[in-house]
Amino acid sequence: MNLLKLAWRNVITNPLNLLLSVVLFALGIGLINFLLLLNDQLKDKFDKNLAEIDMVIGAKGSPLQMILCNMYHIDNPTGNISVKNAKPFLRPGHPLIKRSVPLSLGDSYKSFRIVGTNHSILELYNGEIAEGKLWTGGLEATIGAAVAEETGLSLGQQFVSSHGFDDELDMTHDHASFTVKGILKPTGSVLDQLILVPSAAIWEVHDHSEDELDVHGEAEEHAGHNHKGDEHHGHHHQEHDHSEHDHHHHGDHDHGGHHHEAHVHDNTIEDLLSHEDKEITSILVQFKSRTNFQALNMPRNINENTDLQAASPAIEINRLYSMIGVGTDAIRYLALLIAFVSGLSIFISLYKSMRERKYELSLMRVSGASRSNLLVLILLEGLILAVIGFVVGIVLSHVAMQIAGNVMSDTYRYQFVAWEMGKNELVLLGLSLVLGAVASIIPAIKAFKTDIHQTLSKG
Amino acid sequence: MLKTESLKYSYGNNQTFDFPDIHCDAGSKLLILGKSGIGKSTLLHILGGLIKPKGGNVYVDNKNLNSFSGAQLDKFRGANIGIIFQRNHFVRSLNVIENLLLTQKFSGEKTDRNEALHILDKLDLGHKIYNKTEDLSEGEKQRVTIARSVINKPKLILADEPSSALDDFNCEKVISLLEEQAQAINAALVVVTHDARLKDIIPNQIVLS
Repeated sequence: MNLLKLAWRNVITNPLNLLLSVVLFALGIGLINFLLLLNDQLKDKFDKNLAEIDMVIGAKGSPLQMILCNMYHIDNPTGNISVKNAKPFLRPGHPLIKRSVPLSLGDSYKSFRIVGTNHSILELYNGEIAEGKLWTGGLEATIGAAVAEETGLSLGQQFVSSHGFDDELDMTHDHASFTVKGILKPTGSVLDQLILVPSAAIWEVHDHSEDELDVHGEAEEHAGHNHKGDEHHGHHHQEHDHSEHDHHHHGDHDHGGHHHEAHVHDNTIEDLLSHEDKEITSILVQFKSRTNFQALNMPRNINENTDLQAASPAIEINRLYSMIGVGTDAIRYLALLIAFVSGLSIFISLYKSMRERKYELSLMRVSGASRSNLLVLILLEGLILAVIGFVVGIVLSHVAMQIAGNVMSDTYRYQFVAWEMGKNELVLLGLSLVLGAVASIIPAIKAFKTDIHQTLSKG
Repeated sequence: MLKTESLKYSYGNNQTFDFPDIHCDAGSKLLILGKSGIGKSTLLHILGGLIKPKGGNVYVDNKNLNSFSGAQLDKFRGANIGIIFQRNHFVRSLNVIENLLLTQKFSGEKTDRNEALHILDKLDLGHKIYNKTEDLSEGEKQRVTIARSVINKPKLILADEPSSALDDFNCEKVISLLEEQAQAINAALVVVTHDARLKDIIPNQIVLS
């Protein structure tokens, strides 16, 4: 029977007081830790998905919306831009641009977004193939790790995309089914949540939907299309459908060395650029130098001089942080308030028990306990309450993170980690101990000062 | 074993107590009688080192209580003086035997569970050792208090009105238990009371006036 054990027995001897103190304390600590966990993970997600992208070019509209849509895939597109307008930024050899990735959005499968793009997107997010191969042309798809896990799609399987991002609307494209050709390794970035297909595949799917006419015959004209570098040929067949099977009719038109399957749309940037009449959603741009003056001015120039909109992710995301910041600040103050109230409840419960326990405290003194023993005893009781509250609070915060993660992983296109220890939890433990000590110091001093003669004379 | 020299105590200005010198040897008994308000409890608290007298000295086991500092006095008291108060108080969160073990612990002794069990057995409490103290009857509480006062084998046992709440039968029983236990460890037993029934039981008496 030492002081710690005695303190423990005293704490558990009054379950209702214990419950009240622990619940309040756990709420305070739990809420604070949940906010920190959420904040860390969201920030981590946003940072990871920044992927050193310096500029996003898309249709005019809200720049933040454009960033959220094209980099985080959590908002709708601002609109589309024509390949013709996008061409200057996609063409290789731009003096300021290191890498530009065209994106075509608009379809989804089981609420995972289908992104028409080329292989350069993998370089942004360090994507690597885990199984199968990369998408090349036609209706081939390579899917992110999370997509594979959640939808159960595997190599060789076919799936039908639906128009828009909302799975509940029945807007399936009946005609076109994509074939899973490859699955990517997990990257921890938004890439895990995407279904990657050739840019042209998006057009094909949509041309079918928009125009049910079978135009195979006419398609022959455009189908011999691999005029690489011929930027003008596109307008000859604006109206025409680009479906794969067209080419079975026109073997003669084939240009030397090109295989039928490969040359429909081989998903090269040249192929994309050759279709000026077509549209894409956006371009993700990395600059050669982030400090280059001209590069830094590029978004403004684009916004002022073209029909396109350009935005810097870093600026927009910071704007977002500062907007959300107001809300999280409010919750943080609320959590601090709860933490204060929980400290107060420990104080009141201990202080009240001092009155009830003054005889037994005096008795301990008679039995040989010193004033300091009593001081330590009461401090220990406060600390025990704080530690229990802390542990319960931390568990609660992770449970909340688990629930929130499940709810938000769809919305935010991000797998939240619920059961990893947050880096602030040790700090919170320290904070809890301080709070417990502060709450119990006055009762402890009262115990220290107990006048045993007075108390026992009256008893 | 217990010796006092010209003890004085005062509460403010109006109440001043001058106590007669007291002497009590190891293994012997002393009854201190007096009316209410005469300073009986005050004297007992001075003897037990719960308060310092305004004048005079108390020697327990030839040690002057005035010579100890606060924490030293607590330790000395815990190890050498067992006190029984008018009312029975226990550490509520602990059961019967744990209350005894805690008393051992605070006195600086090693806790000895067998010793505690032995004493509780002798006091007919062997079947109540795991009970909460608040579930005990008054008589049982009194016996636990006695057990607690002797667990550390003190040299001096002080009892403040140990019989005031008891009927004749239990009064006699408690006092004889107390005597037995004091005898067993050769402690000096000092009982402070206004209870005239005890006059016939303990012949060695001092009357406060």
